Amino acid sequence: MGVLIMAIDKIIVLLFSVLGVVSTYWFFLLKKDSEVVVNDSVQIIVDGGYTPSTISIQKNKSTAITFLRKDASSCLDEVVLSDFKIRKYLPLNKKVVIHLVPKHTGEFPFTCGMNMFHGKIIVV
Amino acid sequence: MSEIKKTFPIKGMHCASCVRVIERALSKTPGISNAVVNLATEKATITYDPNECREEHIESAVSRVGYSINTKLTTQLPDEEKIEKAQILSALKRKVSISLVLGGLILWGSFPGLMETAPLFLKNYWVQFLLATPVQFWAGLEFYRAAIPALRHRTANMDTLVAIGTTVAYFYSVFVTMFPSMVMDINMEVMPYFDVSTIVIGLILLGRYFEARAKDQTSDAIKKLIGLQAKTARVVRNGQEFDIPIEEVVIGDVIRVRPGEKVPVDGIILQGESSVDESMITGESIPVDKTKSDMVIGATVNKTGTFTYKAMKIGHDTMLAQIITLVQEAQGSKAPIQRVADSISAYFVPIVIMLAFITFGVWYVVGPDPIFLHAMLNTVAVLIIACPCAMGLATPTAIMVGTGKGAAHGILIRDAQSLEIAHKINTVIFDKTGTLTNGQPEVTDIQSLSTLSSNQLLGYAASIEKNSEHSLAYAILKKAENENVTLQQVSKFKAISGHGVEGYIEKKHIILGNKRLMTTMKIALSQINSTMSKLESEGKTVMIVAVDKKIVGLIAVADTIKETAREGVEALQKLGIDVIMITGDNQQTARAIANKVGIAHILSEVLPHQKEAEVRALQATGKKVAMVGDGINDAPALAAADVGIAMGTGTDVAIEAADITLINKDLRTVASAIILSRKTMKTIKLNLFWAFGYNVLLIPVAMGVLYPFFNILLNPILASFAMASSSISVVTNSLLLKRAKI
Repeated sequence: MGVLIMAIDKIIVLLFSVLGVVSTYWFFLLKKDSEVVVNDSVQIIVDGGYTPSTISIQKNKSTAITFLRKDASSCLDEVVLSDFKIRKYLPLNKKVVIHLVPKHTGEFPFTCGMNMFHGKIIVV
Repeated sequence: MSEIKKTFPIKGMHCASCVRVIERALSKTPGISNAVVNLATEKATITYDPNECREEHIESAVSRVGYSINTKLTTQLPDEEKIEKAQILSALKRKVSISLVLGGLILWGSFPGLMETAPLFLKNYWVQFLLATPVQFWAGLEFYRAAIPALRHRTANMDTLVAIGTTVAYFYSVFVTMFPSMVMDINMEVMPYFDVSTIVIGLILLGRYFEARAKDQTSDAIKKLIGLQAKTARVVRNGQEFDIPIEEVVIGDVIRVRPGEKVPVDGIILQGESSVDESMITGESIPVDKTKSDMVIGATVNKTGTFTYKAMKIGHDTMLAQIITLVQEAQGSKAPIQRVADSISAYFVPIVIMLAFITFGVWYVVGPDPIFLHAMLNTVAVLIIACPCAMGLATPTAIMVGTGKGAAHGILIRDAQSLEIAHKINTVIFDKTGTLTNGQPEVTDIQSLSTLSSNQLLGYAASIEKNSEHSLAYAILKKAENENVTLQQVSKFKAISGHGVEGYIEKKHIILGNKRLMTTMKIALSQINSTMSKLESEGKTVMIVAVDKKIVGLIAVADTIKETAREGVEALQKLGIDVIMITGDNQQTARAIANKVGIAHILSEVLPHQKEAEVRALQATGKKVAMVGDGINDAPALAAADVGIAMGTGTDVAIEAADITLINKDLRTVASAIILSRKTMKTIKLNLFWAFGYNVLLIPVAMGVLYPFFNILLNPILASFAMASSSISVVTNSLLLKRAKI
């Protein structure tokens, strides 16, 4: 009986582990970002990531992107738009405006200073 | 709607009612949501929507009520970033100290070997629970604060790992403390692990503290550059001399600079002479003598004399402002080598969480007794040891230190990509005129081959060259001026690029140019060949003067070689780089100059527009080519090269065309730039190797792969120690670049 109980708990743990792996994969790696189409300006809230995280802006048009960091974590205290050669410190609860006039179409990522959090600017 | 907050200086306030008047005027302005005026600092902090309210609206609102506001310069809110970072560091320090003390006490009361010496109350699990709880939820709050919002975005970072790891250890310990009988019922030892949760939090926060301090130092260079800016300027307006804030200086202002003072903005000396220390901008350690008509750069320091100068560039247009922008941009750019780290770090944390699940399952199912404890502790160790930060910090910290160090030595790097490519350079092409030489040629010989006198010959040449912009023209005109030669009227002037000029003086057809031009014009050269060869072998550029298609004389011009040319070339050759000189001069003249500077490989008789093709031809042979030029005339060649290096200038055009701009005229800096690139890349590679190697080796160890062979398991406390040291070591390694000799 004892052997059987041990076996059952091991089966449960095994299933739990497999389920953990699968759900981690699904939760973090299979998420889909919804795209926000921006006309002139957009505000991106920085709190555990970027909201919205994917924005679509127009080529050759000036767009004001305002970052507002509400997350006290130092991980998010910098935003890097490397394709536009911009690295900005984001003071807590203060707006930082970045003006972009993209010259090329394409997808340009933006990240936190350590490249842990990601967002995307789609230029159309 | 996107609002911004800016602070501007205000003038004309006397009392508190002024404050209210201005605040009211501003708050009535459409687009302004908040305005706070400070009488003591004489500043207004305005929150406004830049799309709705422009700066001129702010200015007119303030001037309407009788005051003036300067919106040209935004005063940075009192170094917000610095203050905020200092506050974070001091809070972190407090949390580290408290959690390590409390964790230490718990460790004393629970660690085998130590606990025998501990007072009895520390061995009490309830006391340990009371000590561990503030560490978990006060000191460790920042892990939850970062992890929970991140989870809402379906992302995870290092905080997620630490939060999960310590929470598991903490709540297991709470369960053991509160329900010991249930634990005993399933034949498990009643042993809480509060020491693990507290010490892990303490050590990781300690690591974060050191990392933040070190990371702050990586941006020292830019802070130093910003700090160079002068605060005031002594202007002379309407015959009166007074000090004004630098923001109020306008173009055309006459500024007086006394010994020991900083030059406030860029300009041209009107009166006086002095020697100026430009090392902070150009990296050149020897002060430069300045006299009337010389350029002075803002933020440099006047050493000996007093002079007045005319402000030519202010605000964002000064060289210092441009350098700051360039360095900031370079620090925001991404090196191609970082792409590998980027693609891995996007998946890293989720993969570690999956590995943690696998670790728990495997240890529970096939591990030795006590299975639950082994499974739990190894899972916690996996979560704690993983260090994505080291990967994220490896490249940007080195780029920040590298570009900053470059700026301190007068080497401005456009972006991280340029810095990366520069380390692969194996061929450097120097443009001759203005780069290897001073670019100010002088007439050395005038030989008449006809009845014309030397001065008549010079008169023809100077009259026709008056219309040309070539550097040789300047030499001839200067000579004519010195010899008091009168210039004549020229008609039908034509410049033939890379060849010479022609025109008519009193119906005589005058041609001035090189052999090629004469050949094109079908003028026989046989009579002058030997004379020309002799002059050319001395490194002189010879121009032939022909009147009505007959050669009447020769004018030889020579440029002086820069003092540092030979050393600069040698330094590159020592690095194993092939050095080439490119010039429009003929083979003989070019050879003479190349010999003087120690260059064996020359590309002579290359017309300006052919330089780009020469660069491409070398690239086609598989060489990585750097082109060094003045950045203005060589723009296409600089752009075509793998790395375009503009030398001895800080003009917009040069910076635009070049990947690397060298502000000083010292040719040794070219080698320094390449050494800097090599050292930065070495640092990045070492950082990446360390960051990857660390995770690749230690995550499996934490999972327990060594246990079946050597009985080795990694204690989560040791894991947190390793993890904290990992990111510190990467940042410290980048900071070592500061000490590198370039």
